[in-house]
Amino acid sequence: MHASSQPMLTVSGLRKHFPIGSSFPPWRPSAYVRAVDDINFTVKTGETLGVVGESGCGKSTMARLLIRLIEPDDGEIILDGLKIGASDGISVREMRSKVQMVFQDSYASLNPRMPIEESIAFGPVSDGVPRREAMERSIDLMARVGLDPTLFLHRYPHELSGGQRQRVNIARALAMQPRLLILDEAVSALDKSVEAQVLNLLTDLKSEFDLTYIFISHDLNVVRYIADRVMVMYLGEIAEFGPVQEVYDNPQHPYTRALLSAQPSMDPDRRRTEAPISGDPPNPINPPSGCRFHTRCPFVQPLCKEHAPLLVTGGSAEHLAACHLVSGAIQPRRAAA
Amino acid sequence: MTETANAPVLSVRDLEVTFVTRERTVHAVNGVSFDLNRGEVLSILGESGSGKSVTLRAIQRLLPVRRTRLSGSIHVDGEDVVGMPPHRLRSLRGGEVAMIFQEPATAFDPVYTVGQQISEAVMKHKGVSLSSARQRALDLLDLVRIPSAARRLDNYPHEMSGGMRQRAMIALALSCDPKILLADEPTTALDATVQIQVLLLMQQLQRELGLGVIIVTHDVGVAIEIGDRIAVMYGGQIVESGPLADVVRDPKHPYTQGLLSSTIHAASRGRRLTAIPGTPPNLSSPPVSCTFAPRCPYAAEVCHSAVPDEVLLGAGRMSRCARIDAWGNKAMGIGSLGEEAA
Repeated sequence: MHASSQPMLTVSGLRKHFPIGSSFPPWRPSAYVRAVDDINFTVKTGETLGVVGESGCGKSTMARLLIRLIEPDDGEIILDGLKIGASDGISVREMRSKVQMVFQDSYASLNPRMPIEESIAFGPVSDGVPRREAMERSIDLMARVGLDPTLFLHRYPHELSGGQRQRVNIARALAMQPRLLILDEAVSALDKSVEAQVLNLLTDLKSEFDLTYIFISHDLNVVRYIADRVMVMYLGEIAEFGPVQEVYDNPQHPYTRALLSAQPSMDPDRRRTEAPISGDPPNPINPPSGCRFHTRCPFVQPLCKEHAPLLVTGGSAEHLAACHLVSGAIQPRRAAA
Repeated sequence: MTETANAPVLSVRDLEVTFVTRERTVHAVNGVSFDLNRGEVLSILGESGSGKSVTLRAIQRLLPVRRTRLSGSIHVDGEDVVGMPPHRLRSLRGGEVAMIFQEPATAFDPVYTVGQQISEAVMKHKGVSLSSARQRALDLLDLVRIPSAARRLDNYPHEMSGGMRQRAMIALALSCDPKILLADEPTTALDATVQIQVLLLMQQLQRELGLGVIIVTHDVGVAIEIGDRIAVMYGGQIVESGPLADVVRDPKHPYTQGLLSSTIHAASRGRRLTAIPGTPPNLSSPPVSCTFAPRCPYAAEVCHSAVPDEVLLGAGRMSRCARIDAWGNKAMGIGSLGEEAA
C-alpha cells in the first residue's frame, strides 16, 4: 500500500447553496437550499472513504462538486497537492482524467445509441488516445470487469442486465486510468445477489489498479463492509467522521446512534420495538438554527438551538463528531423519550 | 357471511400470470399457491422480476386487462376474485382488500388534499355524509400518528414529507376497515430513520385491528422485522415458505441460502462476499426445469429436466427443490453456502 503522507484529496470550506424561488423579475431568489455547507475533509491515498446519510443530506451534491459537475460557491479542492482550477494547480479537465465517477442509474448514464465497446473507449479517444489503442483498452477492461468481450463487444445498453450495465460503467470510468473513483450509490439499484458480485469486483479492482474510492451510500451495512473511514452527513454538514469500526462500534453523535439503531436487526428474536428518533429529516431550505439535528435530538438543550457545534475529536484522535455533548460544552441530563 | 375462525382470509391456488404484447410474452407468475390467515403477516421476499409485485396486484386484479392472461384461483373470504364482475371488484378494492404502494407521492392525486381523498373513499364505500367522512379521515390521521392532524387534513400531498405521506397512505388504506392489507415495498422509498417508524406503525396497527397483511419486499431486513411467515419468490414461483424465524435460521432452498449469505451484515467485513453467480432467469417462456438450476451449486440432471414439485418438510415448511434429500439434512445457516460450494 501507499505510505505517502500527502492526502490524495483535501477539501476545505466546500459550500453550495442552490437558489430557488422567483423565476420572474426581479430575478432575486427567495431562498436557498443549503445542500453543502462548509465541509472539510481529506481522503488518504489508497483508502475507501464511505459517505452515509439520508436523502437530502448533500452527499450526492458533494460528489458532483468534487468532480465539478456543479460549480461550488466557495471552498477549495486540492488533488495530489495541486489546487483544482488555480493557475499554479491543475485544470478541471486534467482533474477529470484522474477522478472518475460511477452513478446510481446504470441505464441513464450510458448512451443508448452507442455499443458498449464505444462507450468505454469514448473518454480516452476524446482525451487524445489513438482510437485503436482505446479500443484495445476497452476490450481489456471489459474482460477485467467480468464481461466476456466476444459476447458483449457490440451490444447496446438495453441488451444488458442492471448488474452488467454497472460493470460497463465501472469499466468506462477505469478507461481514463483514474486514481480516485467516486461511487455514488453505485450498487443501490442492484438486486442483493448481484450487489454482492459488484462489491467483490470493486474490491478486486481496487488492489489491481491501486485505486482510492469515495463510496457514497444510504446503506450502512454496505459502507461498513467496504469502507476504511466513514463520514456521516446530516443536512449539508458533517455530523461524524472517523475509522469505520470506531464509528460503528462507538458512535459519538446522537444522529449516528439513531441511524445505526434504525437499521433492521436481521434477527427475528431481536426485533426493534421502538424507533430511535421520530419525524423526518427537516427541509434543507431553512435548516434549523444552531445544531441542525436539534429538532430531532433526544438530548437537546438550549445551547444546541443557538450555537452550531464544531467538529471535535471524540473517542480517538482520528474520530471526529460535531456535538456539544462530545465537546463537553453541555452535560447530558437525561435521555428524553 | 360464512366465516369460520380457521378459514384463511385469502387463498391463492395455482396462480399464473402471463403478459402478452405484440413484441413479447412474459411469464411473470408460474403457479403460485398460498394462504393468508386472519391476523397474520406474510412477507414475500424476492428480487426484481421474481413476480412478487405481480402476485400482489393480481389479488386486487389491478393488472392491465387486455394484456394479461390470468389463471388459477384467488378467494378472499371464500369469494372468488378471478371471475368477479367489475362493480363488485370496485367495492373490493379499497374495501375488503386495501393496498399501500411504494411511492406515496405518485399514489396520491396531487390536485386534491389528503383529507378530500380519504373522505371520498369513505363516502363511496360506506355511503356516509361528507361531514362524517371528514371526521373519519381526521380520526385516521390521528390513528397513524400524524402530528396536528386537523391541519394536515387540508394539506396537499406535496406539502407533506415522505414519511408523513406514507402514513397518510396507510390512513387511506385503513379508511374502509379492510380485512386484508397489501403493501408493495412500503418503506423502500423512505429514509432509514423513517423506515423503522413506518414499519413499527404498520405492525402496531396490524395487531390492534387484527388485519391480514402481505408485505412484498426485496429487503431481507424488512421481511425479518415484520413477518410471521415468509415466502421467497424466484422466477415467478414460491421456492420456499415457512415460519419466518425457521426459514431465516435454516433455509431449505439453495436460492434462499444464497440470498441470505449474499446479504451484507455486521460480520461480513473483511471477508469475501458469497455472491450468487449468474443472472435471474429470462421469463419469455414458461419454466420447463428448475428456474434456479443454472445458478445453483447443487444442481444435477434432475434439476434441468423437470420443474421441481413443492416438497413439504413439516412444521409448515415447503421447499421447491428436487434435490432437497441430497443436501437438505445438513443444517445450514447464513454464510455457509460459499464453503459448501467451494
